[in-house]
Amino acid sequence: MTTATNGSRTAVDDAQGHGRLAGPPVSEWAAAFAAYAPAPESVKVEIAPAYGAFINGRFVETSATFETVNPATEAVLSRVAACGEEEIDAAVAAAREAFPKWAALPGRERGKYLFRIARRIQERARELAILETMDGGKPIRESRDVDIPLAALHFFYYAGWADKLKYAVPGREPKPLGVCAQVIPWNFPLLMAAWKLAPALACGNTCVLKPAETTPLTALRLAEICQEVDLPPGVVNIVTGAGETGRLLVEHGGVDKVAFTGSTGVGKRIAKAVAPTKKRLTLELGGKSANIVFADASLDQAVEGIVQGIYFNQGHVCCAGSRVLVEESVLGEVVEKLKHRMSTLRVGDPLDKNTDLGAINSRAQLDRIEHYLGAGREEAGGFWQSPGDVPTKGYWCKPCLFEGVQPSHVVAREEIFGPVLAVMSFRTPEEAVARANETPYGLAAGVWTDKGSKVRWVAKQLRAGVVWMNTYNRFDPTSPFGGYKESGFGREGGAHGLMPYLG
Amino acid sequence: MTSSIANTRTKADDVRTVREAPSVDAVMLEQRAVGFKTRSIKTASKIAGLKLALSMTDLTTLEGKDSPEKVRALCQRAIRPMPDDERVLGERLPSVAAVCVYPRMVGVARECVEGTGICVASVATGFPSGQSSIGVRLREVEEAVAAGADEIDMVISRGAFLAGRYGEVAEEIRETAAACGRAHLKVILETGELVTYDNVRRASDLAIANIRDGDFIKTSTGKVSPAATMPVTLCMLQAIADEFVRMGRSGSGRKIGMKPAGGIRTAKDALHYLVMVQETLGPLTPGEASPWMTPTLFRFGASSLVDDLVRQLRRMATGVYAAGYDLAGS
Repeated sequence: MTTATNGSRTAVDDAQGHGRLAGPPVSEWAAAFAAYAPAPESVKVEIAPAYGAFINGRFVETSATFETVNPATEAVLSRVAACGEEEIDAAVAAAREAFPKWAALPGRERGKYLFRIARRIQERARELAILETMDGGKPIRESRDVDIPLAALHFFYYAGWADKLKYAVPGREPKPLGVCAQVIPWNFPLLMAAWKLAPALACGNTCVLKPAETTPLTALRLAEICQEVDLPPGVVNIVTGAGETGRLLVEHGGVDKVAFTGSTGVGKRIAKAVAPTKKRLTLELGGKSANIVFADASLDQAVEGIVQGIYFNQGHVCCAGSRVLVEESVLGEVVEKLKHRMSTLRVGDPLDKNTDLGAINSRAQLDRIEHYLGAGREEAGGFWQSPGDVPTKGYWCKPCLFEGVQPSHVVAREEIFGPVLAVMSFRTPEEAVARANETPYGLAAGVWTDKGSKVRWVAKQLRAGVVWMNTYNRFDPTSPFGGYKESGFGREGGAHGLMPYLG
Repeated sequence: MTSSIANTRTKADDVRTVREAPSVDAVMLEQRAVGFKTRSIKTASKIAGLKLALSMTDLTTLEGKDSPEKVRALCQRAIRPMPDDERVLGERLPSVAAVCVYPRMVGVARECVEGTGICVASVATGFPSGQSSIGVRLREVEEAVAAGADEIDMVISRGAFLAGRYGEVAEEIRETAAACGRAHLKVILETGELVTYDNVRRASDLAIANIRDGDFIKTSTGKVSPAATMPVTLCMLQAIADEFVRMGRSGSGRKIGMKPAGGIRTAKDALHYLVMVQETLGPLTPGEASPWMTPTLFRFGASSLVDDLVRQLRRMATGVYAAGYDLAGS
């Protein structure tokens, strides 16, 4: 803009006669601002060189150990016990011994312990968030604002149920099952521990929990919290290790109930192993959830939902909206807006408060994602990845999408568990529903439209455990979560979440 | 500046513009707006952001008790927001973008800021209610321009808009734009009276369709509560983005400016707004600044914000917060 064309005397553009102000470096300031200088989390968290397993209220050293690394730097954080038969036996025996007393405790007394755990999680929230980010690679913004607060909320919520179980199962006496073997994934380490432990303990069960081998540290901090609140020994046991440790645990004869969250492949093996036994089983497995965007949706907000649906936690989310179905008439507009929004996502140091996408959880997971990116490029084409650099060390994958994906393509069928979105189109609501349901999974779905009647019709047709309307990836302890089809069975959260732990 | 829009648009066009405005989902809009606040702006970025915000401020006084003396003091503050900047910071801080006054004060302000590069903005058109006849309102614009206003902040007829008389609202905007001549126009929607985000979006689209490249849309008069909020501003920025790109439709490429006004009091608020502009309107290449990060396309309408911006810049340089008497005379 110059004086000649519009007559405005703006301080920035008009050089004439304003010597002092001639060109204040507005564009320099804008560039310096837009760069977002590093804003690293400043608190340092103590991590011991080695951690034992938590059995019968004590940390127990084992002969075998394994390393847990920071996926953002590849540095070893600590050595952790690799639990074998001996430790699993000891943990199950401890849980078995603690069970009668814990189950006989009045509900309100059990509730007090859960309230204490919840409060301790809140008090130690910052430390837990930093540890979660260092061990798992997720951005501090998410561990601080989502993982840790929600974990505390789950304990608060189920603490409230502990003395009201009769109201959850009217007409019968609520009875705990016994010893619960709980195996959890690496995507939300502490939160998944809370999802498993809180309802089980509220109902009077005792637990042996196995965190994932890449992210054991916050579960071990939770063990410390159990000590701090004087939880009776044996009520919660935490055994670390890889797949073999998990197998030993779920196949142990002293276990009454198995709860597993993780991949569908492992879930099927567990189901087979448990089938010939008396053990109860709940599974929360994989997904290939669809986000359906109709032309009458609020598109800017739908784009926001798509981004939260798939790029939240680097896409390491079982209910990630990894397929987006867009009505053809707005496909171009949605994809353009999406790419623009993806360009604003900042990938890098998870401990930086401005990071939106942190590190991929492990080398193995990065390899898996890259395998799918290769397959997708061959089959689907239309690959687009947000621009920008990533650090040289660590495991990284910038947010990306495939356009023009067909239902037969591997990126539309298989769970990738990474920041990879498959974009497809549809013309009618019937076609949208058919495509959304065309998957062996059925964990979640999203529907975006301004029209209430359409939302209700579509939601009714979808075979998915959670259907979000004009939002995505919103979690609350009061709301049940779980799958249809190969996404598993049983519900976690809400009053429904008590049922798998009551006889 | 061309005013060809005024000659070619019909009432049917205006009704269509409103009808075609996209719906706005309140829950996700507010969620996105909160997200900007979690950006942590530190060190060099913070200093740059504070200076940028200072250079984008329309320092405002709009009171019945405004006097020439008060306007002169305001202008001094506008020219030199931190009188001891060279001693404390080792550099001159930028002046603000404009002083914003009632039409009767335009002459005084013009005299004070002449030669400084600071613009004189004047509210007009029956500010703040807009409840005068269109003839009176246009006359007020002409007088302000004649007295030396570079920018005119008009109010729309919210009553007409809420009653669905979109053609009438649009006609008033076009006539005001014509009366502005070479002066820039800022169209105040008074979002606090439009209430819903859908209305804000419709009014934004209607205003944008009837103003010129480089003109502004503005949230509020500052006389109605709530004034500017982050979700409302985001909603308007999205309208501006859609006008610029018009994805999938014919893109006009016009850059409409944005001015949130009222309620932005702290440096922290201002930095959050800048984050929102940066991430909503570009950059098309990441790592670069949005083309809207300039006083020619983004303004803060505020009276007390300048004090806090200066206070924060002083603290960044000295490590201590200024006492009240350090700011005396400002």
